[in-house]
Amino acid sequence: MTTSPERTGAEVEHVTLTVDGVQVSVPKDTLVIRAAEQVGVQIPRFCDHPLLAPVGACRQCLVDVPDAGNGRGFPKPQASCTLQVAEGMVVNTQATSPVADKAQQGIMEFLLINHPLDCPVCDKGGECPLQNQAMSNGRGESRFSEGGGVKRTYPKPINISANVLLDRERCVLCARCTRFSEQIAGDPFIALIERGALQQVGIYEKEPFESYFSGNTIQICPVGALTSAEYRFRSRPFDLVSTPSIAEHDACGAAIRVDHRRGKVMRRLAGNDPEVNEEWITDKDRFGFAYAQLPDRLTYPQVRDESGELRPASWPEAFAVAARGLRAAGACAVLPGGRVTAEDAYAYAKFARVALGTNDVDFRARPLSAEEASFLAAEVVLRGPGDGGVTYADLEAASTVVLAGLEPEDEAGTIFLRLRKANRAHGTRVLALAPYSSRGLQKMGGRLLPTAPGDEPAVLDSLVGHSDFGLDASSVLLVGERLATVPGALSAAARLAHRTGARLAWVPRRAGDRGALEAGCLPTLLPGGRPVASPDARVDAATAWGVDRLPETPGRDTDQIVSALRSGELGGLVIGGVDPDDTSDPAATRAAIEAASFVVALELRETEVTRAADVVFPVAAAVEKAGMFVTWEGRPREFPAVLSVPHALPDLRVLAGIAEELGAPLGFRTVTEVRAQLTEMGPWDGERATLDEAAPAGAASGEGLRLATWKQMIDDGSLTDGEPYLRATARAPIARVSPATYATLPAGTAAVVVSGDRGELTLPVEVADDMVDGTVWVPARSAGAGVLAALAAPGSPVRLAATETPATPAGASDPAHHGGVQ
Amino acid sequence: MSEISTLTPVLTDNWDAERSWTLASYEAHGGYDGLRKALSMEPSAVIDEVKESGLRGRGGAGFPTGMKWSFIPQDNPKPKYLVVNADESEPGTCKDIPLMMASPHTLVEGVIISSYAIRANRAFIYVRGEVLHVIRRLQRAVQEAYLAGHLGKNIHGSGYDLDLVVHPGAGAYICGEETALLDSLEGRRGQPRLRPPFPAVAGLYASPTVINNVESIASVPSIIANGAEWFASMGTEKSKGFGIFSLSGHVKNPGQYEAPLGITLRELIDLAGGVREGHELKFWTPGGSSTPLFTAEHLDVPLDFESVAASGSMLGTRALQIFDDSTCVVRAVLRWTEFYKHESCGKCTPCREGTWWLVQTLAKLERGEGTEADLELLLDQCDNILGRAFCALGDGATSPITSSIQFFRDEYLAHLTHGGCPFDPAASTVFATAGAH
Amino acid sequence: MSIDEKTYGELREIAARYPEGRSGLLPMLHLVQSAEGRITPEGIEACAEILGITAAEVSGVATFYTMYKRKPVGDYHVGVCTNTLCAVMGGDAIFERLKGHLDVGNDETTDDGKITLEHVECNAACDYAPVMMVNWEFMDNMTPERAVEVVDDLREGRDVHSTRGPRVCTWREAERVLAGFPDDLADEGPAAGPASLVGLGIARERGWTAPGREAGGAPAPAIGRDQSAEQADTARAGTEEKIDESPADLQHDRNPAKGEDAQ
Repeated sequence: MTTSPERTGAEVEHVTLTVDGVQVSVPKDTLVIRAAEQVGVQIPRFCDHPLLAPVGACRQCLVDVPDAGNGRGFPKPQASCTLQVAEGMVVNTQATSPVADKAQQGIMEFLLINHPLDCPVCDKGGECPLQNQAMSNGRGESRFSEGGGVKRTYPKPINISANVLLDRERCVLCARCTRFSEQIAGDPFIALIERGALQQVGIYEKEPFESYFSGNTIQICPVGALTSAEYRFRSRPFDLVSTPSIAEHDACGAAIRVDHRRGKVMRRLAGNDPEVNEEWITDKDRFGFAYAQLPDRLTYPQVRDESGELRPASWPEAFAVAARGLRAAGACAVLPGGRVTAEDAYAYAKFARVALGTNDVDFRARPLSAEEASFLAAEVVLRGPGDGGVTYADLEAASTVVLAGLEPEDEAGTIFLRLRKANRAHGTRVLALAPYSSRGLQKMGGRLLPTAPGDEPAVLDSLVGHSDFGLDASSVLLVGERLATVPGALSAAARLAHRTGARLAWVPRRAGDRGALEAGCLPTLLPGGRPVASPDARVDAATAWGVDRLPETPGRDTDQIVSALRSGELGGLVIGGVDPDDTSDPAATRAAIEAASFVVALELRETEVTRAADVVFPVAAAVEKAGMFVTWEGRPREFPAVLSVPHALPDLRVLAGIAEELGAPLGFRTVTEVRAQLTEMGPWDGERATLDEAAPAGAASGEGLRLATWKQMIDDGSLTDGEPYLRATARAPIARVSPATYATLPAGTAAVVVSGDRGELTLPVEVADDMVDGTVWVPARSAGAGVLAALAAPGSPVRLAATETPATPAGASDPAHHGGVQ
Repeated sequence: MSEISTLTPVLTDNWDAERSWTLASYEAHGGYDGLRKALSMEPSAVIDEVKESGLRGRGGAGFPTGMKWSFIPQDNPKPKYLVVNADESEPGTCKDIPLMMASPHTLVEGVIISSYAIRANRAFIYVRGEVLHVIRRLQRAVQEAYLAGHLGKNIHGSGYDLDLVVHPGAGAYICGEETALLDSLEGRRGQPRLRPPFPAVAGLYASPTVINNVESIASVPSIIANGAEWFASMGTEKSKGFGIFSLSGHVKNPGQYEAPLGITLRELIDLAGGVREGHELKFWTPGGSSTPLFTAEHLDVPLDFESVAASGSMLGTRALQIFDDSTCVVRAVLRWTEFYKHESCGKCTPCREGTWWLVQTLAKLERGEGTEADLELLLDQCDNILGRAFCALGDGATSPITSSIQFFRDEYLAHLTHGGCPFDPAASTVFATAGAH
Repeated sequence: MSIDEKTYGELREIAARYPEGRSGLLPMLHLVQSAEGRITPEGIEACAEILGITAAEVSGVATFYTMYKRKPVGDYHVGVCTNTLCAVMGGDAIFERLKGHLDVGNDETTDDGKITLEHVECNAACDYAPVMMVNWEFMDNMTPERAVEVVDDLREGRDVHSTRGPRVCTWREAERVLAGFPDDLADEGPAAGPASLVGLGIARERGWTAPGREAGGAPAPAIGRDQSAEQADTARAGTEEKIDESPADLQHDRNPAKGEDAQ
């Protein structure tokens, strides 16, 4: 397998050319349009985009080339976006060549003849390449209009998806959007249709532009042809304040730009970070921000009064009541959830140890295992770019990437795009342990290693010395957090990596998970990867924190905390952004919260947890505080606060307030202070924990089909609340079965009832040709209260029955649960 | 070239034979002898023979055919492909269609020899869809060739395999552009591709591909059978061999005239019985509507690549459309411009938007509504299209306009002073003549 | 209405003719027209499904080519060439006459569903101008009167023969042939029309042949190589170098005439 040449370390050959009389040396194969940028000349362009294959369609970037490098010139102007530099080449742009200038003016005039020139009412106005370049490289008056020319017109904007609108009159047919969809996203649901002057971007009526990455087309559209339903007519670019940030929707760490006006986020755009997301983000990253601006945001602390009702309280009172309650509750535990920043996670970790004196803290608010905790300590924590960690660049250069328990298109969009790019650019082989080949896998050119839930350890073991899929040091093994639910799978993954030399990385779903791991929100790890079990590590942390000692007993994990609360072994609970329906056993979690003698909740919005809590603190959303997420790679991604809001504090400030009332101050009140502590404490440089290998479970017991499930990118999760256009592009929930399984149903079955030990879901049924027999796939959180709450645990047996009841989009058929808590 | 031009029927030679389209008839006239000879040669020797003959592409650009073949990298492990461009659609061009109708086996034999030369095991004839009977004849010829062992596995015991598919287009002039043709053959919109990579390196399915015009490929069997010297003995020094000249329009006997390159229009019109009686030659296209117009002053320009170019036009496809003095040049040019607008693929700005605007400007002039300044505007629009478009279609759209303004500026102005077209369209029709005689 | 099983099978069969199935899309869409009378959504979806591409991509192709029709086409598609030469020679008059006679506009179908009238671009039969096409069969040397007779015959169900082809079949039958399912009519009609043979006739009359060939096409022994041929070869070698080296020359070689472009 090839690796990308720029990463081999070999010296890249340079060629020297002259642009507008200035000599410049650039890597060979550079396009003239970019060589010109090196000497400070911006050649106007529309179709050109550095991340799309050159196309040379708009012809706006014509330049004069009096010498092609061989002493002879081109007789006609050349498109600088498709012309590669050559040694000795002479290029004259519009800056110095009347020929180039006239050619560009001519193209600009052509582009404008059929353009409506409606800048005053266009969303792109003020940030429009067409508008800007028409000013810099066009003529003031329209000869077309003066001559009574008749413009091509179309009915005003059409929805090409719930999210994206197309105004065909404004379109200059640069095909950036269609090329993005085809080349980058692999979702060619938009295409050029018709021909000649009537050519236009179109969809097939029954197949709208439902791509997880559709919003990128809006951003790269060089005119106002593509707009979003969410931002249309909302504001002017010059009224917006832009702040660079990091997306909070997954563990990919995509760079974004947040634009706000008068205390309100108006839109989000992709940032440009070649190391991470290049210039692309998911639609969830782009459009999913309304959740923080909904009317049900908590705006003041509350405490439960004598009558049992929650009532408003001042911050100092709430701190004091919380401290008093926790002290009275006896043994307490901390569940920070997976969405907090690394700084907030650190605060939870330190709060547990210093203020509550316990290691009962676990960021994992989803199915988990002790094997996973051991795996994280042994194989994951402290690894990062330059520190043995796998990076996006490594994915791109890898010969083979094995995916286990991970569906990148749904769970880590940036990884998906990078793997698709790697596959297209140099045939990186993507192998997926999954029950069927998803569309995402097909788009990565991937190959399915058919794996029923629970069989992952065996399939991973089979890859050691596999004749067709030999792995070596140029291979990467990506394991998703879902693998925790399969006993022995993470152990098998580690084994496979060690035996083949393949590099291993763990990909959680949530933005805060990896940072929380590093910050010590695990019952077995202190901040900086210090093993609780190591006396040296405990002493090291205690010294840093200026306390005498830290609790020695490794703590309880989330599941154990839940049972200990129910059994009364634990009394108090400090809980962050945890949705019971995401946890291993939602009913048990609910019961635990109910059973707890005292609950302190830190939340953005009112939830069933805050309703059950004794003290409720409104906390700041990511956009309202500075912070840091850590990507799956282990790459720190700091971001500043975008908005400053008076009514919510960062979790770390709340925890500091309670700790002070408990008489165990944490030594910080601000993000800056936490960062200073983290820096001072540094990573653990002692011995790493070793992996306690777990054995695979025996053959699946019980009758029925095994349940395969994961969360689709756009589902009923609470972070897409308030964004109906985005939600409307979610993939419809279905149950997916093998042809053999389908054949057991009555002929023509369109919908099925899937039932498990926790309830049942009614869903339309679809056949996946290569689905592993005896398995049914259901999206985890797209119907009803979701799989964990309303169906069964992943991998457990479920039954299938045909139903005549037409499946409703909600799909909920168990009245005991409802989807209100998200 | 000989002093007196005579016609040299080679490709057209069997068109008057009984059931000339059948294998039996073709073989009775020496058909497939060239194939047998070629199979006894090394593929590279076949390429050398075609190179030596001096055959240049008959589809318009005149690129040396043998050289094109030699660009196929034989060390490339990918399969090689031969694609025949049978998308004949250039206005005025009407030579390949009668050839494939009358003697499809000439093309099929040429395909087999050419594929053998470049070591292709798959070939395609991309034929425009709007010629149903030609497609029937091609389908039948291919079927017959398979049955006779000229196609398929181990052709005549040579160990060489070739499969040939007749592929129908669906109505798009741009697919005559070779890279648009490839996209179309791959089941896409027929829009031209960026070059490089050139098709010889990355053509059909990104594999080495030769694309040749029907007449070029059809000329190959005779070159192999008779030798390169034989072919090179005809024509001019740099434009060797014979070609089919298609006369249409206001001549007494329009039709196909196969002659050595270098013959003049004067000679051809003479053979065709002269311009329509009672009329004078006004303007003509040497190689289809995309080649700048000529007038009576160009009657003695030798119709070879160099001479026509030196006189300001292009030999193109030898599509000689003859218009006499009853024809309004503005109407003619407007109609061609509408054609280019209709056929513009839409990919690049100058062609897509430029032809849209050109039609409006010309239509206004034709209605007598413009001003003289519109002529300058037209020329400036053409200047902004010519050499700026992605492919040659945009360039071609400007040819009739700029050349007609060069030769007939007064006629444009007459539309303005007359307040419309001063010509009677009925006078130019063929039935007007028929009525008069 | 969905695509029937037989057609679906034939669509697959077309795709299988090619090293990459998508190459079959153009003939597949011709078959859709044959089966459905136009490009239907069902046809688009069937092609997309068979080829594993999106319906939008199929749609992009179906709307690019003028032979694909989104409105139902009549039994007979009548195309009148109105490109410059045919227009001047009478195509415009024929088209106007047919519009009036059939009482339809361009790209419209008569009320009885028999005739769809369309003006078409150059159909490569300029030596037979003005040209009309019926279901893409040549109707050469038309006049307005003859054109009216043809459409009347078609509407009345009388046989109409192409001037260079068989009795015309229906449009849907024609589309099936284009899709690569021959109808066994290849042997109908002449080898060539009179205009195609006019040059050959003169050559026969005057005893002109290509060098070393006898009238009738039998080749004679090849003549010897002469000096000028060798010189010409040298000149070509020079050209080859030049073209290899200079992209500028490639551009220069580009011929606005369509067809084979410079390599």
